[in-house]
Amino acid sequence: MTDGDFSLACPAPAGGDDTVQMAHGGGGRAMERLLDTIIRPAFDNPHLARRHDGAVLDLAGPVAFTTDSYVVKPLVFPGGDIGTLAVNGTVNDLAMCGARAAHLSVGLILEEGLPLDTLRRVVASMRSAADAAGVTLVTGDTKVVDHGKADGLFVNTAGLGPVVSAAPIGPDAVRAGDAVILSGDIGRHGIAVMAAREGFGFETVIESDCAPVVDPVMALIEAGVAVHCLRDLTRGGLASAAVEIGEAAGVSIALDEASIPVREDVNAACEILGLDPLHVANEGRFVAFVAEADAERAIDILRRFAVSAGAVRIGTVGGGAAGEVTCRGALGVDRIVDMLSGEQLPRIC
Amino acid sequence: MKFRDEYRDPVAARGYADAIARITTRPWTLMEVCGGQTHAIVRYGIDELLPDGVTLVHGPGCPVCVTPAEYIDKAIEIVARPETILCSFGDMLRVAGTGGDLLAAKSRGGDVRVVYSPLDALTIARANPDREVVFFAVGFETTAPANAMAAYQAKREGLTNVSLLVSHVLVPPAMRTILDGPTNRIQGFLAAGHVCTVMGFEEYYPIAAQYHVPIVVTGFEPLDILEGVYMTIRQLEEGRAEVENQYSRSVTRAGNRTAQTIIGEVFRVTPRRWRGIGDIAESGLGLSDAYAGFDAERRFGPVSSGAEAKTECISGLVLRGEKKPPECPAFGTHCTPERPLGVTMVSSEGACAAYYRYRGRKSASLEAAS
Repeated sequence: MTDGDFSLACPAPAGGDDTVQMAHGGGGRAMERLLDTIIRPAFDNPHLARRHDGAVLDLAGPVAFTTDSYVVKPLVFPGGDIGTLAVNGTVNDLAMCGARAAHLSVGLILEEGLPLDTLRRVVASMRSAADAAGVTLVTGDTKVVDHGKADGLFVNTAGLGPVVSAAPIGPDAVRAGDAVILSGDIGRHGIAVMAAREGFGFETVIESDCAPVVDPVMALIEAGVAVHCLRDLTRGGLASAAVEIGEAAGVSIALDEASIPVREDVNAACEILGLDPLHVANEGRFVAFVAEADAERAIDILRRFAVSAGAVRIGTVGGGAAGEVTCRGALGVDRIVDMLSGEQLPRIC
Repeated sequence: MKFRDEYRDPVAARGYADAIARITTRPWTLMEVCGGQTHAIVRYGIDELLPDGVTLVHGPGCPVCVTPAEYIDKAIEIVARPETILCSFGDMLRVAGTGGDLLAAKSRGGDVRVVYSPLDALTIARANPDREVVFFAVGFETTAPANAMAAYQAKREGLTNVSLLVSHVLVPPAMRTILDGPTNRIQGFLAAGHVCTVMGFEEYYPIAAQYHVPIVVTGFEPLDILEGVYMTIRQLEEGRAEVENQYSRSVTRAGNRTAQTIIGEVFRVTPRRWRGIGDIAESGLGLSDAYAGFDAERRFGPVSSGAEAKTECISGLVLRGEKKPPECPAFGTHCTPERPLGVTMVSSEGACAAYYRYRGRKSASLEAAS
């Protein structure tokens, strides 16, 4: 140390005001301040205003209940962030059960050192996503872990909502002959996140498709369309969803590749990286298995909503081997569609 | 998509298939060299459009598959050291050496990073001056220019904390080895279009002449491959053995001189062991004397040349084109992408993975029935 560096002043600990500290999870004043300044103002509602250990809900009739945890890198990406993902993901999982999300819980696991601005942005996104989907965040929890023990921020959401559909929706309702309808183009979320994480300089910015799909799903049910099964296409993409449903329902599924919409920039990115768009993740897309007689009507209804304006029929359920998903390619030859066998890894050349 | 869907047009494909059927008078066995072509063939079912008796066998052009196990062992050994960061292309991570793969090394705390360009390794080295950054440089002539560029750039910048673990291979010597094999059945080659984009196709003339075998430089889209098959069979039927270029929209006879210059500066031709095939003279690239300082083997010790473990896996025969994946008794039963016995089932460009992925477990019985 040189004389010039010496000072009698005692400096305040650096970073304390603008990043998450371990004390923010300690259960004391620092934690209360974090909740009072960032979390509660964003989610302000009568349930949270009671400052109690849990929410008391008045439920009647059948209720769907689901939970999901969100880990994504980077936390913010074109078209959304981990907050929009965490709300829409759970809202969409409930929609796939034929239910309209009503109440959500939120668990936040914060890494020491997370910029508070990032936390502010994420909770604000959660609030606006919740408002857009008509769901209330009724209870929550916040924990802080040491630096290096989490990728900035992990989120868990759980959701409850009344089941709107009178008929059961699920793989066991799928029948040979059902039409398979896809709600729009695939692959945008996976490519958007990968491009943001790896810093690819694509000519165009590919935005995530992250969005709630509850409105078009409710419209199908309310119009009396015979919806047999719904599945949102998240990790593993369309391929995993089709194989899972085929296996659970004990049916085969024949898809037509030419009918599956993939945006040109997403297709180009997949070509470069050696990925199959059928395996790439989505956050605002779903497949609906509906009775053949209702197929055209279902597509017309879906196309009235912006989030599913690109709905198309992509295939038909068959009576072949359980879980056998085939896809008719450009040259008219069928190929097998399987789940990914591990992580998606870009190829060498 | 502009200039992609045009090469996947079903009517044009049918036209080529018909043309091939018209000129084919007897059985022919062709090899497509590149794993990318293998995947296109299996994915689009191009082989199913060909007349009976025309057989496409799959070549050794899967860079991950032919990288010797001992290099993967070395990479794992390097990344176990706390001061190192190992950068690799993604599909190298799942391939096992003699003891585990790089994904497992990563889960044990090794700092393994997937990069999309070798130059990313330099960015990581600049950002981590107190760490040793090692780039796992594998592949054919296609990836050699970019890998060479990383070494060239590192030298120019004076980066001292970056090195390359090099296991590069060259296509023409492997084609000769296949043709020299006592059980060789290859009568014509679809040469790898992207390799030729870099290297041109001058070096194929002596092979075509010596072995009297047609070689057609071929692209990767379905129509490219069908046209390549057509051109090869036309030569065979006419008794010709020439070098022709189907992929002229990308390949010139001389190739990319700039790329060849950087390869020539950074690398030198060396003997190389190919996984599943064995030692081939003058079939690899190692760092030249001027770049020896960037050789990871100098910094972390040489790769030991251990013998490959014996398994029932026939990936060596698959890589030489002597067997097709469904002919293996383990295919789809106790060898699957989740539990692979051999590299050709692991890599996204491996022939076994292509059959399994696009035709499923049942391709074994389908193949037997046909």
